[in-house]
Amino acid sequence: MDLFEIRDILNATVLCGEEYLDREVRSACASDFMSDVLAYVKDQALLLTGMVNPQVVRTAEMMDMKCIIFVRGKMPGEDILELAREREIVVMRSEMRMFIACGLLYSRGLAGE
Amino acid sequence: MGDLKLNYEVDGGDLIQAGEASSKMKMTLKKLGLPPEVIRRASICMYEGEINMVIHADGGQVEVDVGMDTITIRLTDHGPGIPDVDQAMEEGFSTAGDVARDLGFGAGMGLPNMKRCSDDMQIDTQVGVGTTVTMKIHIN
Ligand SMILES: Nc1ncnc2c1ncn2[C@@H]1O[C@H](COP(=O)(O)OP(=O)(O)OP(=O)(O)O)[C@@H](O)[C@H]1O
Ligand SMILES: [Mg+2]
Repeated sequence: MDLFEIRDILNATVLCGEEYLDREVRSACASDFMSDVLAYVKDQALLLTGMVNPQVVRTAEMMDMKCIIFVRGKMPGEDILELAREREIVVMRSEMRMFIACGLLYSRGLAGE
Repeated sequence: MGDLKLNYEVDGGDLIQAGEASSKMKMTLKKLGLPPEVIRRASICMYEGEINMVIHADGGQVEVDVGMDTITIRLTDHGPGIPDVDQAMEEGFSTAGDVARDLGFGAGMGLPNMKRCSDDMQIDTQVGVGTTVTMKIHIN
């Protein structure tokens, strides 16, 4: 599934990285705990989170993730977006709650490995 | 050709900015063209260690040595030390405070993750003196 489709499913706004929406992802990770993301992520290129701070981008960077989606309408600051731009990570935001966002992506075929 | 040596200072005062050293190391390893899986493991080890230094020990120094077949990451701090290393290595054990938890850390997963992602990990620590964590990651 590419990031265009993910944007549309989640009715999300792209905040940076519009030029990379043709990237394909096959699996996602949803967590507010960066500790968990660091410990459990394998090849999930998509991170859904309600946590908003620069360590989210750092964590995604370390795990080679391609896209971060802030759920529950969270709005990242310019510092976060700047960090993501430098690392070519796409950032979106969606008003949806985590459970709904994950359910929609899963039911549309983003079921993981 | 000798090993490539990288040195970083980690500022203990700023958890928001923590991770800068890990990010720089990762970029350098990418430029060297090392295998992505090796880079990722090294990055996780260093980032977890860097965050620990900031949360638990008020910063420190990191030395990275990139050899022909091994990356060695050594994190040294002059923080409080770890009284019981076996307990600290248990998944779920954490003394992290609210500031760390509010940023999404403090699950007690870091040290076990560093052990899992490295091929060898040594912790030298003394209460009241500081902690040195040394991790080796084989390149092949
Ligand atoms: N450099 C250090 N100096 C002093 N104590 C440390 C250091 N690193 C780890 N510890 C101690 O070991 C515990 C476990 O560390 P670990 O990295 O596994 O978990 P955490 O940092 O508390 O949470 P997480 O890594 O999941 O965000 C810490 O809570 C802390 O008590
Ligand atoms: Mg930790």
